[in-house]
Amino acid sequence: MNNSENGIRTFTLRLELIDEPGELLRSLEPIAEQGGNLLSIYHERGNVTPRGHVPIEVDIEATPDRFDNIVEALREVGINVIRAGTERYSEGLTILLSGHVIDTDLSDTVTQIQRTANANVTNISLSAPQGTGDISNARIELAVETGARDQVLQDIRRLAQEKDLNVIEPLLTGDAR
Amino acid sequence: MRLGIVGAGTVGTAVATIATEHGHTVTAFADSETAAIDADGIDVDAAISRKHTEGVVGDEESGAALAGTFDVLVEATPTTLGDAEPAFSHVRDALQQDRHVVLANKGPIAQRYEDVRSLERESEGTVRFGATMGGALPAVSVIEDIGSAQIEAVSGALDGTANFILSRMAIEGLDYDHVLAEAQDLGVAESDPSFEVDGIDSALKAVIMANLLSDDREFTVEDADVTGIRGLSGGLLELAREDGRTIRLIAEIVEGTVRVGPRLVGDNSPIAPSGTNTAVQFETVHAGRLHVSGRGSGGPETASRVVSDLEKLP
Repeated sequence: MNNSENGIRTFTLRLELIDEPGELLRSLEPIAEQGGNLLSIYHERGNVTPRGHVPIEVDIEATPDRFDNIVEALREVGINVIRAGTERYSEGLTILLSGHVIDTDLSDTVTQIQRTANANVTNISLSAPQGTGDISNARIELAVETGARDQVLQDIRRLAQEKDLNVIEPLLTGDAR
Repeated sequence: MRLGIVGAGTVGTAVATIATEHGHTVTAFADSETAAIDADGIDVDAAISRKHTEGVVGDEESGAALAGTFDVLVEATPTTLGDAEPAFSHVRDALQQDRHVVLANKGPIAQRYEDVRSLERESEGTVRFGATMGGALPAVSVIEDIGSAQIEAVSGALDGTANFILSRMAIEGLDYDHVLAEAQDLGVAESDPSFEVDGIDSALKAVIMANLLSDDREFTVEDADVTGIRGLSGGLLELAREDGRTIRLIAEIVEGTVRVGPRLVGDNSPIAPSGTNTAVQFETVHAGRLHVSGRGSGGPETASRVVSDLEKLP
């Protein structure tokens, strides 16, 4: 996968496209123009984001410099780059929320976490032993861009404060598992 | 060495006994009202026995102990917040008389670190405070040994009572109030547990380490972001457990910030000890993670650390 001779590596790009004809092609042009070698495209047509966009995942080979140019070129033509990189999204982050988790619109909480933070919610577990109208708890697992962890936690804290929820965070220095 | 011990609670009495076993001589011993003073060495057993039967350690006034003959003042009165009095005055008086000071009381180091250091600079005496950072744990020694520049971050479950409550909640699936009542019955928690469960005790210890780690900045408990574990739902521990994690009251010192609160940690994490144990994790620059764990409170445990400090005095 790594080619240390010329620095070519594999990168995964996650893009969100407007559901219109020609959008997919428009998103691939900057990749070719900037010298990226297209490896695969995963087009999640059935899976629409909360904003009504279609997510796609593109694997490409490029040097890190060229990869940065590709991301920049995509953004210049108005393509929504959600994640970019090989390792940038590799960090897992788990938090617990406690309070009126369900009453305060859990779906909105998840959407806001994804929107304000550089994070993808990968799993949610709920426990509401007293029923959904009472105090409930949630475990939320996230995939976070490497280096964005502090920012993500800050955003979650702010959101929790707005909704009067308690957050149980992991350690600042990462998981002591 | 000749010791003047101020404070005759569980720690003070344990110091008097254990230090004597180590060949030290107790020449002054005081509780809040009374004192036993003898330049040739008091009868420690008799003083402790009087404390138990009559509520006094001797016939002298408590204040006279500080004017007695000793090489080292052992400050073992109850920790106070704010200006850390009366312990701070005891420390000041001893240093101004060029005597050494060994602290078991957290107040002066947690709340007035710079004042203590500045008095120490002008004194022939030396201040040691290994016993303030978690009973038997040699955490202060680890920092001194590795060097503060080599330590990037510290985290730990520093309070035994909070740790007991959370580990029982996790194992038994019980709610906070139930386990707290059990801890109070067992004598693990005080009838007023706020010092422990609200995170103040953890914050004091964390601030002491932060002061030791910092070159130029003084920390007090007011600088720490502190959340306790009061009212934590058993359901949260259940959710954590499903994912191979648990919750502990953790103090963290990272990049000039001190925070204390319930945190998610791995079920088998070295800083998620069981029962009343405590544990500290040091993130070092070149040597990865180091851990110290064990009994973080108790008379003999804390006294053993005081005695270690006595050995290290110049």
